[in-house]
Amino acid sequence: MMWLLDALLAGWLLSLMSGPLGSFIVWRRMAYFGDTLAHSALLGVTLGLLLDIQLNLAIILCAVFIALMLASLQRQHLIPSDTLLGLMAHTTLAAGLVTLSLVDNVRIDLNGYLFGDLLAVDRQDLMAMAMGAAAVLFVLSRIWRGLLAATVSEELAQVEGYPVARLRLLFMVLLAVVIAGAMKLVGVLLITALLIIPAAAARPFSQGPKQMALIATLISMFAVALGLWLSYHFDTPAGPSIVLTSAMVFVVSQLLKGRAQQA
Amino acid sequence: MNEYLIKLQDATLERQGRTILNKVNLEVRTGEIITLIGPNGAGKSSLLKLALGLITPTRGQRHSRGDLRIGYMPQHMSLPDTLPLSLKHFLQLAKGFQRSQLQSACQRLNIEHLLDRPMQRLSGGELQRALLARALLSQPHLLVLDEPVQGLDIAGQSELYQLIADLKDELNCGVLMVSHDLHLVMSATDRVVCLNGHICCEGHPQTVQKDPSYLELFGQSMPAHLVPYTHHHDHVHTDDCLHDHSTPEKPADQESS
Repeated sequence: MMWLLDALLAGWLLSLMSGPLGSFIVWRRMAYFGDTLAHSALLGVTLGLLLDIQLNLAIILCAVFIALMLASLQRQHLIPSDTLLGLMAHTTLAAGLVTLSLVDNVRIDLNGYLFGDLLAVDRQDLMAMAMGAAAVLFVLSRIWRGLLAATVSEELAQVEGYPVARLRLLFMVLLAVVIAGAMKLVGVLLITALLIIPAAAARPFSQGPKQMALIATLISMFAVALGLWLSYHFDTPAGPSIVLTSAMVFVVSQLLKGRAQQA
Repeated sequence: MNEYLIKLQDATLERQGRTILNKVNLEVRTGEIITLIGPNGAGKSSLLKLALGLITPTRGQRHSRGDLRIGYMPQHMSLPDTLPLSLKHFLQLAKGFQRSQLQSACQRLNIEHLLDRPMQRLSGGELQRALLARALLSQPHLLVLDEPVQGLDIAGQSELYQLIADLKDELNCGVLMVSHDLHLVMSATDRVVCLNGHICCEGHPQTVQKDPSYLELFGQSMPAHLVPYTHHHDHVHTDDCLHDHSTPEKPADQESS
């Protein structure tokens, strides 16, 4: 049972980060971008194994690198943005799978990377996630207003003197940290779902941006708890169970919204 | 005497091999309202972005006064429905805003009663005033307005132009704005710059109105309030018009709006 408690704690730490950052992803219409970064985590694992550096660090570095590459490709307007994102999201995933299979001297639990492996969450991971969450929330609270201003209108924010480019980069780094943290819990394929579904579910109940981030966090924590319990009870995979639970919360929130509008 | 706020020198902007703007020279000074006019695709918004420093010219230079504060009113503001943002939230995002200024800007633009309204539910005119209020919050030396009156009826348009002229005096700032129609802005404009990929002509509104290249772009003179948007041709040249009108290229059917 201890592992369940560890998993719950890990999931809640993750929710603290994914609630606010997921809200920004929804506001900035960056779901596909999040996918690309999440998929790049596999490449990060390969990199970490090959260079023998700490895996979380490798994942973060790799995600930031992919994000920068993506941003520079988008600026060149070679192909439409959605095509580019679709291309990159799946190319990074494929590249991760191929390179990982080439690192054959290590036994690799591919399923665990793709869909999460809660049993693998140990105390060390918990410590790392707690520090990651503290760092992410600290940085986010410092840049909140500027990041929101740039989300509303990047040009306006830039004219007013916000450091728009630096904010964008910081946001990507924060996202990379969340992805590294989320990989063990839900796996690279489902990270984006964990980011955007609670935020989307929180929207009908929110009157302001901060409130939405808070409600998204609470919904995410609820989904983690219920999803883990269901997974334990019915012996289903944990990551997908958590994602399904938050999708159910989303459906309920939409129904409640519909009823509120009728009344 | 009166120093410039911003100055563009021979600014040329190219995008994907196309020349959007060709050797544009422009200076904006304190107490002066400059209006950019020109057909769609003439590069008006690009010129504003050059002036704002949002994009850098391919060739040529931009200079601005050292401590310049700019209030910018963008042409579009499309907020995602997923973002719960009231007008008050929106205004508070202005960098370095102060509560007292927020209050006086809202009073000045008559939007106090809308403060709790979600941005997505403001009408066209309300949104224009909201954007203008945000531009005022920084106590700007220079107001840059991209089609400030779009979506307003004629009465609303002249009202807003009058307001801009008043604000210029109250703030003692310079104004650079884009307009679609010269006739309505005439009374509130010191200098008109007629743009079509390059500066075709510029000067006092009355002078510009008689300029051959202005007439070429905007049609022969009609009673002011009846002038529609008539430039369906892409350039017949008169003898005194030696410059190149070939950029930017666009199909004729995209022009009118």
